[in-house]
Amino acid sequence: MINILIAILLVAIIAILCVNTKVQGIIAVSAVLVISFITGFIAFKALLGSSYEVLFSGTIMFGKVLVSIDALSAWFILTINFTFITGVLYGFNYMKHYREQKSEITLHCIAFIIAHFSLIGICSVQNGFILLLFWELMAISMFLLVIFEHHKPETIKAGINYLVQSHISIVFLVLGFIYVAFKTGSYSFDAISEFSGKQSTLAGTALFLCFFIGFAIKAGFVPFHTWLPYAHPAAPSHISGIMSGVVIKIGIYGILRMLLLIKTDYTTIGFIILFMSIFTGLYGVMLATVQHNLKKLLAYHSIENIGIIGMGIGIGCIGLGETNKWMAILGFTGALLHTLNHSLFKSLLFYSSGNVYQSALTMNIERLGGLIKRMPHTAVLFLIAAIAICGLPPLNGFISEFLILGGIYNWLFSAGLISLITIVFSLVGLILIGGLAILCFTKAFSIVFLGNPREHAAKEIHERGFWQLLPMYMTVTFMIIIGLFPSVFIDVLQKPVNLFTHHIVFNMNLIKVGSIDSLQIINWLFAGFILFVIVLIGIRKYFSKKKTIETGPTWGCAYGPTDSRLQYTASSFVKSYSKLAKPLLDIEKKGTEIEEVFPAGKHFETESYDKIERIFIDKPLKLINKITDLFLFLQNGHLQRYIIYGIIFITAVICIPLIAEKIGLLLHFLNNL
Amino acid sequence: MLSIFLILLTSLFFSGIILRTKSIASGRKGPGIMQPVKDVIRLFKKGSIYSETTSVIFRIAPVIYFSSVLMACLVIPIGPYKGFISFDGDFIFFAYVLALGKFFSIIAAMDTGSSFEGMGASREALYSMFAEPAFFILIGSLALLTGDTSFYKIFSTLHLGSSITYMIAGLAAFVLLMISMIENSRMPVDDPKTHLELTMVHEVMILDNSGFDLGLILLAGFLKFAMYGAIIADFFLGALTYEWAIPLFFAIQVLFAIIVGLIESFMARFRMSHNAQFILALSSVSFLIFLGVLLVLEKFV
Repeated sequence: MINILIAILLVAIIAILCVNTKVQGIIAVSAVLVISFITGFIAFKALLGSSYEVLFSGTIMFGKVLVSIDALSAWFILTINFTFITGVLYGFNYMKHYREQKSEITLHCIAFIIAHFSLIGICSVQNGFILLLFWELMAISMFLLVIFEHHKPETIKAGINYLVQSHISIVFLVLGFIYVAFKTGSYSFDAISEFSGKQSTLAGTALFLCFFIGFAIKAGFVPFHTWLPYAHPAAPSHISGIMSGVVIKIGIYGILRMLLLIKTDYTTIGFIILFMSIFTGLYGVMLATVQHNLKKLLAYHSIENIGIIGMGIGIGCIGLGETNKWMAILGFTGALLHTLNHSLFKSLLFYSSGNVYQSALTMNIERLGGLIKRMPHTAVLFLIAAIAICGLPPLNGFISEFLILGGIYNWLFSAGLISLITIVFSLVGLILIGGLAILCFTKAFSIVFLGNPREHAAKEIHERGFWQLLPMYMTVTFMIIIGLFPSVFIDVLQKPVNLFTHHIVFNMNLIKVGSIDSLQIINWLFAGFILFVIVLIGIRKYFSKKKTIETGPTWGCAYGPTDSRLQYTASSFVKSYSKLAKPLLDIEKKGTEIEEVFPAGKHFETESYDKIERIFIDKPLKLINKITDLFLFLQNGHLQRYIIYGIIFITAVICIPLIAEKIGLLLHFLNNL
Repeated sequence: MLSIFLILLTSLFFSGIILRTKSIASGRKGPGIMQPVKDVIRLFKKGSIYSETTSVIFRIAPVIYFSSVLMACLVIPIGPYKGFISFDGDFIFFAYVLALGKFFSIIAAMDTGSSFEGMGASREALYSMFAEPAFFILIGSLALLTGDTSFYKIFSTLHLGSSITYMIAGLAAFVLLMISMIENSRMPVDDPKTHLELTMVHEVMILDNSGFDLGLILLAGFLKFAMYGAIIADFFLGALTYEWAIPLFFAIQVLFAIIVGLIESFMARFRMSHNAQFILALSSVSFLIFLGVLLVLEKFV
């Protein structure tokens, strides 16, 4: 099976190199589809119970390689495949604009297939060394995908930022894997499991944290998130969708995999993950709310959702530690379901923003407005995704947030004092995240799609074509299915969740919130809700049959339509919020105050910056720059001096050991004296 | 079934009582108790006018807003009698379905393109966000106290035994009262009587609604009041059977309405910029309740 996959990969790459731009797209689409169907089939079977395992003999360097798809891998592979299918279909149409850039398209197609392949690889190998190879492959191919518009300086900057931070993540992973390999002599995952079982809790936790930081950089946990808000806006929309949908989730996969492998104190780890996630979620959504660039806003929301997923994992871990069965099950189920959910609605949001970008040619929401009349499909799709990401019923986001909240409420009944205080924090955190998400998405949706056009009135704006909307409708259908039939997915999820819980003896077995029964009732309520809305619309139609329905200008207390630029803007919508959150945010104001009696044209602009980035990234970088600046005199452009440096270096390499030896002898001699 | 019927019945006269209290307090004769409902019926009979700026969102939002409130009513019990439906975690459903209604009313206000309505929408979004944690901590404390996690079970097992539980119930009633005032855009945070658009919250959001839609929104407001009144009443109904529970229910609802009327007659609205802090401070009152529950359960060793 693996041979076939590699063969498909190579054939596709070679084929892409040989044909013209239009066919390249078709080859990329079909390659992704074929890989998805093959791996999806295996993963689906694994999810139903028969896991897939192949052992390769490998080489002396990294030992035997086990390729195994268990239920956890299967869930992630299926998630990855779905997002890649919609991504490649959307991208195929999205990239039609860029057909003249032939060489870039070629590279893009190849990198796309490799990225897909490497993500599946990461999910299925059980060997640290090979995992690192795939990880590197993914990092580089994603880098190539991000910098498609490399003629823009900010794109290349964002890409390099991403590449550097990816490699910092790799450093931590390498550290972890090599440490274990050094101690046990094997790179296989079983070795990690065995090794951690023999260690003290402290060492086990430290090992886990090393891996956790490595994976957290990829997932975008605060304070390791700073690459994310640059890379997402820079990439083409389908790549942003895939990145936010599945590439950052591979970090979540890593964390979950390490949780399975490393046997250690679950409670401590759970608390660490939980607190970090609450912070991540709140920080992400707080910054998202003040963004004016649509894609950057969505990128910060990815950080927020990683926080929500992390909260699920944290609660699951604590549930394992405190042997509270349903807390663990609901936590992990919620986290895994939210992983899928987020990959769906976030990719949908990015695709919608791609449509907006191609039509209006800007991502600054302050310059948009009224798009719902020109792009009704995109607007409705964006709205549905926005409702889902806010965790509102009757869509999929609600289900996973309900499960995680259920986990928290189940915790109430087995908790001690410290846990109880933590519960309050988690509740407030999760609810505030939800509330801020509503604030943020009512802003984003209404400023971009509602009201009157702010700037582009004269420009021709069209809805995108059917083929570009099709993958978006596929995603939305899937979201609605999860929203209306959650019990099917929760049943399926019990296999991967069981991997975490099966070896634990639970003391607290009573379920308080979040049982399958209650979800079924919620299904019915949702159905009833939708039915009631339809009936009510019917009643309204009946009532207004004989009445006059007029249209006129907006009344607004007779302070009606003046200039469309006088509409409420995104900044004014979140003004009272940003005033409150001012101490925590970093908002820079540019512009001049009006002082004269008859003022001339004035300009005012606010821009928000990431405070954590300023403290953790910018300041240390500045310091490093300062230190390295001291040695700037060495780089003076004289070839002769460079040759001298070389000679000095070689001399030093030869002489220093000799001198050291002599000094050693001298010291020995002096000691003897 | 009983509860939804009672809530619907209460909603018919609740706003009337508030208006009547206000008029008596200010020495006016005032309208009859059924006047607000008559207004709604009048609105239902009228045609409507829509702004050219608005889209389908504006037309669908009042319907969704009303349905969300009605759905939320379904899970409210009355004393020992179940609501229309009851399941574990129904309070989560309750809060989220109300949030869905709010989401739509906010974007509908933004749909008109008027700055006034944007202003109201922005405030509504912020206030409702800050009010949510208080509710969730409150229900969490009650869940911890009673060991149950649905409205029906919490209220039917909630026994007011020692003096500390009375304190908890009093504080809880206060928090719920304040939450209902915020959710209904009433006095301490919003003044429904104000004539200045700049200081409005809810009123300014529905400036452009007319006819049937406006009627639905007003009706949803009445329902919301009755719904929160029912939750507050549940604190005191305990396990009373219906011959006592129903009169007591109405008595508490009327008292609640009179209190709202009195607050509105004798209090001034807070400064707009202080509202958010005030609402967030409610969460700390909720937290106090939580600590009280810990005290009752002897979790402090």
